[in-house]
Amino acid sequence: MNKYVERLYNGVIKENPTFVLMLGMCPTLAVTSSAINGMGMGLTTTVVLAASNIVISFVRKIIPDKVRIPAFIVIVASLVTMVQQLLQAYVPSLYASLGIYIPLIVVNCIILGRAEAYASKNKVLLSACDGIGMGLGFTVGLTLIGIFRELLGNGSVFNLTIMPDSFEPITVFVLAPGAFFVLACLTAIQNKLKMPSATNVTQEEPLACGGNCGSCLGNACAANHGMIEAQKVAEKAAKAQALAKAKAENEKKNIEVTKERGND
Amino acid sequence: MIKMEQLAIILISSVLVNNVVLSQFLGICPFLGVSKKINTAAGMGMAVIFVMTISSAITACIYQFILEPNNLAYMNTIVFILVIAALVQFVEMVLKKTMKSLYNALGVYLPLITTNCAVLGIAIINVQKEYNILTAVINGFGTAVGFTISIVILAGLRERMENSDIPESFKGTPIVLITSGLMAIAFCGFAGLI
Repeated sequence: MNKYVERLYNGVIKENPTFVLMLGMCPTLAVTSSAINGMGMGLTTTVVLAASNIVISFVRKIIPDKVRIPAFIVIVASLVTMVQQLLQAYVPSLYASLGIYIPLIVVNCIILGRAEAYASKNKVLLSACDGIGMGLGFTVGLTLIGIFRELLGNGSVFNLTIMPDSFEPITVFVLAPGAFFVLACLTAIQNKLKMPSATNVTQEEPLACGGNCGSCLGNACAANHGMIEAQKVAEKAAKAQALAKAKAENEKKNIEVTKERGND
Repeated sequence: MIKMEQLAIILISSVLVNNVVLSQFLGICPFLGVSKKINTAAGMGMAVIFVMTISSAITACIYQFILEPNNLAYMNTIVFILVIAALVQFVEMVLKKTMKSLYNALGVYLPLITTNCAVLGIAIINVQKEYNILTAVINGFGTAVGFTISIVILAGLRERMENSDIPESFKGTPIVLITSGLMAIAFCGFAGLI
């Protein structure tokens, strides 16, 4: 597979930020009350993420290592301000319904996480693909949750009523509590099916970031990820070693047995 | 007297009606992550009250005296995030030097707050609602108290749940989310308060 396509695949399916990494929980809960809101938020984040990945990848060799996090924050905040003004000018309805969550894209840990884990180490085009892939994955996640909540809570999808008249909308799903319930069911299903998700990697750390926001700044998820991978590799190696040992012992026994038989 | 009434309404609405976690979904990360024990939850809550009150005051001052007179209001996101990040570091250093006991109580939670989106969120809400400095401080304080109340309640519930029989696939994050959903329903009841 082409490595650019691989980046897109990685963002949308393999490391989907909403379903697998469980990042950016605040917007995931807050703006998914309808499908169109979720999609708008996802696309806005995609634009910011792709742009920030490109800019950060461009300047990655100029920024001194010690001040890179503040520098990333300034870059992301400027991009968010630009996107905010564009939305206000051209899509005022979306701007009004997303409200405070647009400036809060700055503190969305997906963006700083990708900047730290990927864009600051890779070439511009690859980083752009990574940003677009992650952003699209986020969009898909938010839109799906939005469709689900809108369908149950309002009987419609993208403002088109599709449920029959006899369907009584369960209003709680478009209100605040519904967000928690939908996400709870989603994570429960993931636990049940043992799907790859940050919530069922280890029992000790319920969130991708381990809930440890102090050491976070986005790099914790990358580090966590690395740790889990390393652990898996180590486990595999240990297993292989044990197997090899058992095999060797078996062979030894066999040889001894044949020797004994030979002696007889 | 009307002034006092207004302040009371802002305080009540920010603590209970528009609870920062349960109805506005800000600060979900620490809400889910630091709510295993009542002690740590309360410590986190106190640190948030401390930082959020100070940061509301400072960001409101910066907005009113620097950004608005110079027509730089559109810069607020960039300025606020930098000010908050610097402020948290500064508060930590000052506490360490001057008030050792307070630092021992809150110290570990202070760095956690930089990435708490509620702090930036409140600074921006203060601007959007056109609060002056006094009302901004009241709003920041009230919001932080609301955060503390909800995180302490959740921690209490989680401590009680430790020994209860939860379906296998709901263990861990799902049951915490369901608990917060039920709390959110309870807080919906405050909507008629003002």
